[in-house]
Amino acid sequence: MPASAAPSTPQQYLQSLSRWHPIEIAFWLATLTPFLLFPTYLSLASQIAVAALFALSLDLILGYAGIVSLGHAAFFGIGAYTAGLFSKFVWGEPLSGLLVATAMAALVGYASSFIVARFRHLTLIMITLGLGLLLAEAANSAGWLTGGSDGLQGVDIWPLLGLFKFDLYGTTAYAYSLSVLFVVFLMARRLINSPFGLALRGIRENWVRMPAIGADSRSHIRKVYTISAGVAGIAGAVIAQTTSTVSLEALSFERSADVLVMLVLGGAGRLYGGLVGAAIFMIARDQFSGIAPQFWYFWIGILLIAVVMLLPNGILGGLSKILARWRGR
Amino acid sequence: MLPPVLGVLFDGIAYGMLLFLLSVGLSVTLGLMNFVNLAHCAFAMLGGYVTVTLMNVLHWPFFATLPLAFLIAAAASVAFERTLYRRLYRASDLDQVLLTIGIAFVSVAVAAWFFGTTQQPVDMPAYMRGSFNVLGLNIAAYRLFLVGVGVAVTVALIGALEYTRFGAQVRAAVDNQRMASGLGINVDLTFAITFALGSGLAGLGGALAIEIVGLDPNFAFTYLVYVLIIVSVGGLGSIAGSFAAACLIGISDIAGKYYVPELGAFLIYLVMVVVLMWRPAGLFGKR
Amino acid sequence: MSAPAHIAPSKDAIANRAIALATRGLSMSFGSLVVARDIDLNLPVGARYALIGPNGAGKTTLINMMTGMLAPNSGQIFLGDEAITHLEPQDRVRRGLARTFQINTLFAGLNPLEAVTLAVIERRGIAGTFWQNIAMHREAIEEAHGILVKLRLGDCCYQPTRELPYGRQRLLEIALALATKPKVLLLDEPAAGVPQDESGDIFEVVASLSDDLTLLFIEHDMHVVFRFASHIIVLVGGAVFAQGTPAEIAADTGVREVYLGKRKHG
Repeated sequence: MPASAAPSTPQQYLQSLSRWHPIEIAFWLATLTPFLLFPTYLSLASQIAVAALFALSLDLILGYAGIVSLGHAAFFGIGAYTAGLFSKFVWGEPLSGLLVATAMAALVGYASSFIVARFRHLTLIMITLGLGLLLAEAANSAGWLTGGSDGLQGVDIWPLLGLFKFDLYGTTAYAYSLSVLFVVFLMARRLINSPFGLALRGIRENWVRMPAIGADSRSHIRKVYTISAGVAGIAGAVIAQTTSTVSLEALSFERSADVLVMLVLGGAGRLYGGLVGAAIFMIARDQFSGIAPQFWYFWIGILLIAVVMLLPNGILGGLSKILARWRGR
Repeated sequence: MLPPVLGVLFDGIAYGMLLFLLSVGLSVTLGLMNFVNLAHCAFAMLGGYVTVTLMNVLHWPFFATLPLAFLIAAAASVAFERTLYRRLYRASDLDQVLLTIGIAFVSVAVAAWFFGTTQQPVDMPAYMRGSFNVLGLNIAAYRLFLVGVGVAVTVALIGALEYTRFGAQVRAAVDNQRMASGLGINVDLTFAITFALGSGLAGLGGALAIEIVGLDPNFAFTYLVYVLIIVSVGGLGSIAGSFAAACLIGISDIAGKYYVPELGAFLIYLVMVVVLMWRPAGLFGKR
Repeated sequence: MSAPAHIAPSKDAIANRAIALATRGLSMSFGSLVVARDIDLNLPVGARYALIGPNGAGKTTLINMMTGMLAPNSGQIFLGDEAITHLEPQDRVRRGLARTFQINTLFAGLNPLEAVTLAVIERRGIAGTFWQNIAMHREAIEEAHGILVKLRLGDCCYQPTRELPYGRQRLLEIALALATKPKVLLLDEPAAGVPQDESGDIFEVVASLSDDLTLLFIEHDMHVVFRFASHIIVLVGGAVFAQGTPAEIAADTGVREVYLGKRKHG
């Protein structure tokens, strides 16, 4: 955090930390380019926006509160199945479906947060992994509800706002997922710059000190876990609504691992880390879609080893380091 | 057909022994260095492929391949430990998870490259394929052999830990690393040897598992979940804990698949979550 | 080793003052290793107590038990009139019992302003607010800044903690504890690792704290102890070996033999 602006009061200093940077504005303008320049890639762009949402939700717990989860797909899947079932059994209006799916994921997140907040380290990793696998198995067994391994049938989403159909070209899909991503991003940005955001960074920086300054870390963790679960649910709901399909893959361990890779690749603990990581990951996967999945994972594996050994703060962390060095000279 | 309860129990224990071999090394190294090694089953898979290669290409007999499965897995693990792992002993959980998941991904791809994605065939010696009757129970010879190996390894490990100098060093290092190095124990070397031993046992487990569960490149992940469940349920660093947890999970899994097949693996995940909620440090864990 | 306390607590004016922190029969052991043996203490409001004793005497363990980071096997702890023996650490802090750490336990990636603001917003109960920018909370920020200025950290409060000189980090330890507005402050070797010429600075800051604040500090340097403490507690083998005014402790032959004589500047 450069003190270059030389703020006159501590309050103005803290205010300056949350100011919009021109690069941020450029970033969001760039997200509009697929409409004009790559109209054939709108479906992919929509998937990227969903992956970015999901990575953002993981960033809230991993990047800001230091909770390693190997089962975050649970909430993505809950959001996806809730949105799908809602359209099947209630009605197909997408925005209300999105709200219900978010609430459902947040509710389950809140319930499991009481378990998660009790643990650290390996036990925490195992608990998140275990709960995720448990849910995936449950969805697989409950074929009467979820359609099991055939996927959920009969998802029918009405036009957005009664006007825009989710068509094959993906124009509506991308506009919808990008808008949702942007709104959620704004809220996440506000959260990170809030008193609660500071408390989360405190948990990440020093778990032991928090109680010694009177902080109830567990209650903070319950809260952020609930919020994160809700955001993951939004991501799942959007993918279900824009593709009109829900499959068990939404709950799978691979999805939990992929989102972790995206976030770490981009840089955890930075709002844009998950967004950048998701874009690179999804574009790369699209480009290499011809190769067999296990060889795709070969490169993911090499990448993970390289990131841990060489780029501990992800691509954005590496970039900001280079930038700082360049400025220093 | 066997009487279901006893038969299921026996199969579950045999399966549990397999899981025990696969997981005990991880339990001890986790207890020792607190290093989250998600690539543990990649070493087990390596052992499996060593056996398959020796049998199918060089036509070695099954039993002759087992020592090599152990040794090659142990040697490979030491190579990784010396080059990559040791740099992350003090790193965060996340870094350890990422590095070792990365290695596991790579191992899956490499195995698929050399051996394809299909199940590997092994040709068991005839006397291992049979079964015999004991008091009306139909016992598969190979499963009985597995139980024998499992019990022998447990006895050997507990004996080695309790009654040898090296075992005392390992126990001291698990209990309190700082104090152990203060007492002049070379924790670094102790860990390297334990790590090799643990990965070697996993390699042996991987070789022995082929006949029961098959071998394909996804082994590194499929059984990782089981192994992690056993380690966390049993408690880090506890051999007896791993043994008990492996039996519990083995029996639960076989019983679940036999009596309520529609639940799939649901039962063992449930067992894990319930045990951890009840005892966060595992059944035999201290921390 | 485990001689009973053979100097009665002094009966001067302090004895009549209200008790800020007290322990009754506090005991704890790890296996066969006894780290606390039946510890009875009374810290009157506004007192300046030094806790001394050889390495391994159980000084930090005692602070860990008082603050709830370790659970004693038996005994009770009182903050004022309230029994706090079974409260969570953060609940003790909220009632006015704060501590610092012997080994820096700071927020390495936050700067001092952010760290102390965090402690202030936790105390004010607004740390759960996630819909407002933190800059909206001017009073909390200014309170944090005021504490930093008072502890001579005003000029480096925008620098990441991990880049601060070590002596500054020791002061930040105290600043974080003060931000909780404690009634009782437990300082675990506040000048640990600081060169001798700088450790005076840290204790000057400690001495300048409000008279209402009850202090207990662990310190090895006897010059510092005798200069700043109004009372001294000598802990040996997990038990209170002696307590009294500096003059009483200095005159006590038992303490001399066991502690002062052998390890002068421990």
